[in-house]
Amino acid sequence: MTDLLLDRYQEIVGEDVINNLRQLAEPLQGTKVVHVNSTREGGGVAEILHRMIPLKEELGLEPSWEVIVGDGDFYQCTKYMHNTLQGNRFEIPQPLLRQYEQTNEENAERLREQLEEADFVIIHDPQPAPLLNLCSGRKGKWIWRCHIDVSRPYRPVWKYIRSLVEPYDASIWSLAEFAQPLHHPLYLIRPSIDPLSEKNMELSSSELQEVLERFHLDPGRPIVVQVSRFDRFKDPAGVIEAFRLAKTFTPLQLVLAGGGATDDPEGEEVLAEARAAAMDEPDIHILLLPSDAHRTINALQRISDIVVQKSTKEGFGLTVTEAMWKGKPVIGGEVGGIKLQVHNHHTGFLVNTPEGAALRIRYLLTHRDKLAEMGQKAHKFVLENFLITRHVREYLTLMLAILRGTEERIELV
Amino acid sequence: MIDPFAVKDCALIAIATGERAHNLRELRDRLETTRPGCIYYHFWGGLLRPSFDDPEYQNDFAVWAYHGLHDRFLAERLALIDPTDFGNMEELRRELIEIIEERLDENELVPWAAAHQQFHFIRSQIVVFDTGIRIGEPEALNEQIPHLTVGSIFYHFVDARRRTANRKDDFSEWLKGFGNTYGGLLARLAALDPYFKSLTELRSQLVAIFKEYMGK
Repeated sequence: MTDLLLDRYQEIVGEDVINNLRQLAEPLQGTKVVHVNSTREGGGVAEILHRMIPLKEELGLEPSWEVIVGDGDFYQCTKYMHNTLQGNRFEIPQPLLRQYEQTNEENAERLREQLEEADFVIIHDPQPAPLLNLCSGRKGKWIWRCHIDVSRPYRPVWKYIRSLVEPYDASIWSLAEFAQPLHHPLYLIRPSIDPLSEKNMELSSSELQEVLERFHLDPGRPIVVQVSRFDRFKDPAGVIEAFRLAKTFTPLQLVLAGGGATDDPEGEEVLAEARAAAMDEPDIHILLLPSDAHRTINALQRISDIVVQKSTKEGFGLTVTEAMWKGKPVIGGEVGGIKLQVHNHHTGFLVNTPEGAALRIRYLLTHRDKLAEMGQKAHKFVLENFLITRHVREYLTLMLAILRGTEERIELV
Repeated sequence: MIDPFAVKDCALIAIATGERAHNLRELRDRLETTRPGCIYYHFWGGLLRPSFDDPEYQNDFAVWAYHGLHDRFLAERLALIDPTDFGNMEELRRELIEIIEERLDENELVPWAAAHQQFHFIRSQIVVFDTGIRIGEPEALNEQIPHLTVGSIFYHFVDARRRTANRKDDFSEWLKGFGNTYGGLLARLAALDPYFKSLTELRSQLVAIFKEYMGK
């Protein structure tokens, strides 16, 4: 097996895709790119960065990844920001906002030199957003990458965040409908999954068997899995309700598996709510997994018959992408990026209620041929559209575009 | 002496303009003023962005008419527009507006979309780069086409219609330099409509046309 990541990706996506990346990267050789976010483990952003950094490095750029560090109040504040930007109406207490600003000031002291020297600084989500204003000697281009759905934010909080992100050179959004108007180009880049990561790589049947045994799952009865943080927007209670409705018609087991993230203080509360809703039902398996349990998550997705992602709000929904990559049809909430991935009767079903989810679970379990066909289509769809190679290509394109202004056509000679 | 054919590749990046339409009248109004690049993107951008390869409708306006406004009549009429029938984006813009106005005249009420199903106007930037591949003879082009990336197919067969004087694809423009030698091939390329196909389908059809003509 080759040591080069690009060669390994080439085996999956083909030579033309990798050649395309090398050619796009050619004018960017030696470009210093710093990504900044707020957690190294847990959540889709950290997962993408773990692989994108070495990939960019292999393409000849000089990428690095910095994480801002804060205390409990800081993460509480940014969690409130996350929730209010996604539409919850809540006034963030002033002391928390002061802590947010102070934490960024402290982190700026540590990172200033590196950030001011970089050719590109990519700031992920609201947590490190104030850093731009704290780096007055910056010489490169600064881009704010928003991973969340800000289509209908709680306005006072958005107004505050907007004042921080407006001075950036550009922003990146997952979908046009998530974007808020700003006085800079609003680039659209969908996230991706990494087919070589522990979360998505092929696993041996013995490893799958071990996971079945570890969690006391019966391979003789269908398994429905939802993988996501314990977050109210992921509607774990709705999934449990859907399970109960479907189970009256067909034998079924449900797995709700979630990892914690260091920047999510609300998780324990939602986990307790999910456990209460499960009422000790033996066929409901609520698993709180460590943030690095990637192989376990991978195995759970692979041993499932159907994957559910019944979110009521969703940025993009990478767990949907992961499940589709493993050839599973997905029953997903009709929100955010799930709508881009789940196409009714092709790659899964979009639903709005627990009843809808239960209906589709029943349908798929009684139409096994359709289930298999949709799973195959789902895998192909991810292969062509949502792997990290496409994501890197768009980042490279964006950097080239930003360096050359706003014209519609950029010819590299 | 004819210059060798320079194989280029391209990558497209989408940019939200912030312009939105909540109903059909707003769509009409925005179409009057939006930049040509937006109209181009909503007809052709689907080829180079992540999308499902079996779309119900080929352009974003028709998709929105169906899913956003739930107006099947309008969706079908918009879906039938083939952008290759129009000399430029302004002509295409006029046709779009004509169809929408006709539909507005037919209806007493202006159709609205739900708040989460607004139409978002998107434009794009295209980055074009030279692959370094040069092709001296049409026979060699025949050999090369199966290996072209979808980006190259887009650039030479779709995007070319926007930037060449004759609004033709680059392969045809180059082959014309050989006089009448490749007249039959040119006719077959001219008959290939790039619109209702994915780029991989388009590449397969180009391969078939060249192979059949070259007898290999």
